[in-house]
Formats: sequence, C-alpha cells, structure tokens
Amino acid sequence: MEEILDIARRSAESAEVFRVTSIRTPVHFEANRLKQIQTKESVSVALRLVKNGKMGFAQASGNIPPADLVSMALETSQFGYQANFAFPSLRSFEQVDVFDPQVEHIGIDSMISLGQAVIDAVCANTAGILCEGSISRGTATFEIASTGGGHASCKRTNFSVSMDGMLVRDGDILYVGDIRSSCRPIMDPSPVTGEIIRQLDLAQRNAPIKSGTMPVIFTPFGVAGSLLAPLISAFNGKTVLDGASPIKDKKDMVIFDSRLFLTDDPTIPYQPGSTPFDDEGMPARRNALIDHGKVVQFYYDLHTAALAGSSSTGNGSRSGGMPSPSVHALVIEGGKVSQADMIKDLKEGVIIEQLMGAEQGNILNGDFSGNVLLGYKVDNGEITGRVKDTMVSGNVYQLLKEVLAIGSDSRWIAGFVNTPSIYCPSIAVSAK
Amino acid sequence: MQDRLFSVIHGLRADYIEVRLDESQSSRLVYRGERLEEVGKTASTGGCVRALVNGGWGFASFNSVDRLVESAAMAVEQATHVGKVQSEFSPARAVIDTVEAEYKKNPLEVPLSAKKSMLDEYNRIMLDTPGIQTTSIGYGDIRKKVTFASSDGSYIEQSRIDLNLRLSAIASRDGDVQQVGLSIGSKGDFSAVEGLQGRARGIAQRAVALLSAPEVKGGTYTVVLDPVLAGVFVHEAFGHLSEADHIYENPQMRDIMVLGRSFGGQHLNIVDGAAVPGLRGSYRYDDEGTPASKTYLIKEGVLNSRLHSRETAAKMGEKPTGNARAINYTYPPIVRMTNTYIEPGSTTFSEMISGIREGVYARDWYGGTTSLEMFTFSAGEAYMIRDGKIAEMIRPVVLSGNVFTTLHNIDAIGNDLDMNQGGGCGKAGQSPLPVSNGSPHIRIQNCLVGGK
Repeated sequence: MEEILDIARRSAESAEVFRVTSIRTPVHFEANRLKQIQTKESVSVALRLVKNGKMGFAQASGNIPPADLVSMALETSQFGYQANFAFPSLRSFEQVDVFDPQVEHIGIDSMISLGQAVIDAVCANTAGILCEGSISRGTATFEIASTGGGHASCKRTNFSVSMDGMLVRDGDILYVGDIRSSCRPIMDPSPVTGEIIRQLDLAQRNAPIKSGTMPVIFTPFGVAGSLLAPLISAFNGKTVLDGASPIKDKKDMVIFDSRLFLTDDPTIPYQPGSTPFDDEGMPARRNALIDHGKVVQFYYDLHTAALAGSSSTGNGSRSGGMPSPSVHALVIEGGKVSQADMIKDLKEGVIIEQLMGAEQGNILNGDFSGNVLLGYKVDNGEITGRVKDTMVSGNVYQLLKEVLAIGSDSRWIAGFVNTPSIYCPSIAVSAK
Repeated sequence: MQDRLFSVIHGLRADYIEVRLDESQSSRLVYRGERLEEVGKTASTGGCVRALVNGGWGFASFNSVDRLVESAAMAVEQATHVGKVQSEFSPARAVIDTVEAEYKKNPLEVPLSAKKSMLDEYNRIMLDTPGIQTTSIGYGDIRKKVTFASSDGSYIEQSRIDLNLRLSAIASRDGDVQQVGLSIGSKGDFSAVEGLQGRARGIAQRAVALLSAPEVKGGTYTVVLDPVLAGVFVHEAFGHLSEADHIYENPQMRDIMVLGRSFGGQHLNIVDGAAVPGLRGSYRYDDEGTPASKTYLIKEGVLNSRLHSRETAAKMGEKPTGNARAINYTYPPIVRMTNTYIEPGSTTFSEMISGIREGVYARDWYGGTTSLEMFTFSAGEAYMIRDGKIAEMIRPVVLSGNVFTTLHNIDAIGNDLDMNQGGGCGKAGQSPLPVSNGSPHIRIQNCLVGGK
C-alpha cells in the first residue's frame, strides 16, 4: 500500500488506497448431500487520487504492478469530478467487535456435520424434501491508508448458515428456507431447523384467496424482502440530492406511524454488517433514520455530503467501484405484540413471508408489487394454508403511515437487517 | 503456459481437473444527473482449479498465479474429502484452440474522452426534457481472456469483449417519482451504444408522461408482450426451468420435466444456444471445454431437450449442450442460458390486438425473476388495449405466471423476432452474466397483473 502511495505522491496532490484481503471457505450441500468444498482467496486494491484538483480512480486484483494502477487512476482523473473533500487521515478509532478467532478454527468436518444436522432434521419432518445450502466461514481484512498519513485496518470474521428446502407435490413447488450469519461461529442447527420446519408446517396445504384489499402481516422475512428496498433508496443522501427521493423535503416531519423506529447501526458487536470505520476511513456510527415516525436524517458518504452541504454519516461503501452511500445494518425497533396475537386479531387477511419480484416495481416511489412465493391465508384468526398464484401490490409510505401493530418477534435476516413482524391495515391482493 | 498447466494437472490424482485463468481490463463511467460521478478503470488477474473425485467436488480460487500449485492440491484434497460414490461426468475429446475476441468497433480503442462526450450528449438530451428531475447513466466495457486447461487434454484460450449501457430518466412532481430506462448491450461493437439520441429523448418524455398516467387495476388480463419483454418472459418462464441442475438430482422434478411433455401449443418453439452467432450469449466453448450448440428446449409445444453441464448430462444420460458457464474465476461453472428465444410465428401485431376488448400491452423490461414454477417479470412501458386498439398509457406493470399454465395460454406468436442484448442473468450469486433473449410479439390469455 505504501508503495502505491509513494508512486502516486510523485504525480498527484493526494491519494488514498483501500485494500481488502479475504479468504472464505463455503461447504455446499445439494440434494440433501455434501456436494462441494470451496476455498476462495482474494486481494483487491482500490486507489483514489486527486490530480489538478480532480478525482481519479482505479482498482486491481491479482498481479497488477503498482505503477500501472497509478497510471490508470491518473488517466481517469482527467475526466474526474472536482475533488470537494480531503481523504480522511484515520489513525485511531473506537473498536467494534467483529473478529472472533474461533471462526478460523472451526474445522471443515464440524461445518459438514452442522449442515447435515439441519438437513437430517428437515428431512425427518417432511419426507421427499430436497435441501440445498451452504455453511461458510471467512475472514476479511480491510485496510485504508492515505497520503495525509492516515492508516487504519480492521479484521472481520464471518460465519453463515443458509439452507433452502424444495418440496414438489402434485406439480406444485414449495420453497422454504432460512439464513443466519454472525462474526462468531453458529454451531447450533436448531434455530435454522426450527424456522424451516415452522414454514413447512404452515404451508402444508394450499388455501383459496380472492382478489380484494385486506389486512396484511409482514413477517421479518417479509419486511426485509418487500418494504426495505424503497426506504433504503429514499434515505440515501444521493437520491435526496438528486431530487429523486419522495422524502427529500420531509426531514423532521412525521410521515410514518409514531411507533416506527429505523436505525442504521454498525456498532452492534459481532454482527456481519458492523464495522469500526466505513470504506473511506470515516468512523462508523449509529444513525437514527426514523424516530417516532419522524424522518430524522439521510445517510451520506464524503463526496455526496460535500455536494449536499452536509457531512458524511460514515456510510461510504464500495461495491465494485468508487464509494457511494450505503447502509451497514438496519434495525427496525421491535414492538410489544406477538405474531400469534396479530394472527388472532385478523379476521381475513394474508401473511407475507417471501415476495418474489418485489424490487421490480418503481422502488423510487415506494411502490412494490410481487408474487407471493411464500405466504399464508388467515381466516378468523387462524392460518388456513399457503396462498399461491397471487400477487400483492402496495406503497411503503401508505402502508407504514399507520400500522396496526409492531411485533415482538425481532430477528436478524442474513445479518444485515433486524426487524420484527409488521401488521398493516390494507394491501391489494390480485389472485387468479 | 500450456505445459505449465498440464504439468500441474498431471501431477494430481482426480477423476477430472480443470484450471481456468482470467485476465481482464474494464472501464466504467457513471453519471448522476449533471455529475459525472465515476470514471474508473479496473485490471484483474486470477484463477481457479476445480477437481472431481468420487462424485465430490473441490474448488479453489486465487488472485496470484503463484498460488496455482497449492490451490490445485487443495481442490483435489477437498474433492477427496467430499467424494463417496462413483463420479459421473460426460467424457469430452481434447480440444486445443484459440478464439480471438470478435469486435466490430472495439470499445477499448474508443478513448475515454469520446465515450464521455457521447454520454454527455445523451445526458443533456434527457436533462433538457421539461419535467425531468434527474438522470442516471452507467456505461461499462470489459475485455476478458480466459485460459482453460483440463485433464481431458484440452487447452483453450478465449477472449471476448462485452459492453453495456443503461440510461435512466427520472421525472418527479408533488412527491411522485417515475422512471424509465433503456439498456443496451453488445458483444464487441461500440456502435450499438452510438446514435441513441432519439431513444434518450423518448425515455425522458415517457418518464414525464408517466406522472399523469393511471395505474392498472390488479387482476387477470389478455396481455400482449413486445419482443423485448417476451424475451425476458421466455428467459424467466421457461429458460431457468430448462437448466438441468434444477432437475438432475430431484426425482419429482425429473417426472415433471420428462421429455415429450406438452408445455404449450403446437406453434411454440423455444431455443437456447451459444452457437447462434454474434449475440451477447454467444461463444465457441463453455467453461468445461464443451463446444457450444443450439438446443430446442420446446419443439412444437413439447419438451424436447434441456440445458446441461457435463455432470448433469452424465447423470441424466443425455448429451452436454455447452451451457456450463462461470461469471469469473471466483466461481465454478454452473448450468446457464446463453441466447434464449421464441421462434417467430405468423401473426401480425394488428391481428394480435384486434380481438382484445380490454387488455394490457406491455413493452420493454425492468426486471424478472423465477422460482421455477411461478415467475414474475416487469414491463418498462405499458398501455391499455381497448376494443382492439392501443389506448392510454398506464404505469409500468409487474406480471406473474405459472409455468404449468402460462405457456399453454400463449395463443398468438408474431412474425417479428427481435433479440434484446441489454440484460444480464443472475443465478447462485453469479450476476450479471451476459445473455441475450428475444421473441416476436406474443399474446397471453388470462395473465396475472399486479395492481391496486
């Protein structure tokens, strides 16, 4: 990294190098059996530099000489935007626990037994089901250094368990599944097994449903898959800056139910989305986005914040290119009502677990529309079966304006979203 | 390199071993509204080894070729750890070949300044359209060379150039935000993204018009799809179900997908093939060294064949079709589509809509996904059809179907096949893979449309 900075310093005013070194070992299962073991090593380096006041960018993985990386970045700087911020010189920062040395010591055989234990339990519950999934462990080191003298690094471990079941009955395909991940080893198969079996039990038979509007319960999976994408887009400082966010002028206004709290929190110990600093070396912090239904703030990286006359909220993130604003780990605060009580309250309605195609609608506007891949019908306070060949459509802002209840059943979905069930008064259902 | 790779492969004991080495250079330009937000270049090298031992697979990927020998040994060790049964893997004859990148106007030879001034112009046209709030533009091109060597004795070097452009125009009024996009891709011809001034203006005007367009009422409609959206439909509705890795180890799916089963009317023919030349999903060999082919998935309404890797083919007693593809060296190849399309029929567009009292004409695509049985696909543009005529524009719609019924409900196939090269396909974390898909206009009866 120092070598790259030294070369860059010769022709650029300032520069910053970001390097990620990772190794990941997923163990894959297919058709209820161990299928493949993988080891993935990777190193990638990204360089930002300022030349004649303009930003240049290049990145490389593998055997790319430092001088080549610098000259690629210099070439792009001719067309780059006017640099409007200085690269941070992060040296000391508050630690967030995201590394557990135990992860690196989990043997392949323990991972295989864990996956097989989930599969065996699911197959014992439901004959004929075929499971596919993976158990994965990994370590990644993030380093950032700048010509201003900043240098910081962070090592993060990850362990994840994901398993899907596919059940084919009478030309009818049912999918169930769960995914859990953490910076610490997950050695107990029972939460994943329990969730999959719960879904299988509820979906044992199909229930009829008619077109119309009716109350809806989004389970934690349903919230994460249907409602969050529009909010993530709307609170993004860049969407706000461009005037494309429907809440661009709603700051400090209550536009959601007063029981709704949404926070981006990268400081929770051992969560995969946690980190002490963001991908441009700004300290990461807990940011409330919605508080008592009020729009509190938007999230920014350095460049967008400078353009908006705001400051970075520690949300600079890289996914294959230059940093842009992104959330770390979203938390919707849990409420007091159990999911069972929500169901009891429901005379006729629908429970959404997995919505397929939800992100294909006009997300910018808060609209979503999808096919109910996994969902249940409720009649007179009881789940009567799975709904199929059914679409639901809604708008996040209308749905969350006044909700009926927020659940007490918060859980992490894939380690990046923590949410309870949310019970809403009305959604449009289209059925055949 | 050939000798070095063969010496690594021959030094190890496995039923099958392959090595892939990737080298790529790419460039990217990203605009948000007025601002050119990113001009970046990327260079990458890396490789992987995959080994099969007693039916078990091992896979190791790395960035530095120095790690080749160690990674190869690790892949074999992992495969040995997994393997418990007899390996089943279709044999292949040894191929030694070099495939140079095909290109008409090489995007890598177009200077960044020329790319920028072209995109500046499209952006200006969209931003100057009254009612437009902002825009977003993403352009990328990549040159990639893949070197493949296997224990079959094959050694293949293939280079390709791929490029893509996405323009989006976003209109906003009173808290309502509407967007319209255009995606174009090409295998090695920069001129595919040139001369789009008229289309840039068109999407901007359409985005503004959407602000005053009504929403469709959800329910079932007679739906007419344009060639672009029908291409996405065939990809989602049937293409994925044709991938044999969803079928080969699942006895119930094998019953459902038995060759000879009827899935549609006699007029329905669905093809996939990388051997169809000049498209984004075209290549000479797949990532297991199997030559590309052209496969009739459905012939005259009946399930005729499916897409295979060498493992799925062997386990199903069928022939490999050259559809094992990996997006890059960090993944093993899996069964993927290439160029997928519905063959043209004879119905003209005006015949197709003439009998429809109330229906939806859906054009262009925004997205699509499938669970194999049920699928959704979304239009970028939509109109009501009333009394046999195209009527008012409506907000874009999300459509949904079920593979066991929807293909039977196609009752008219147009004569105007067109291929869409702007999409990418995602599967098992490998996205976006360059593919193309297409169709003539088609009409579907009783199609589920989402709405309030």
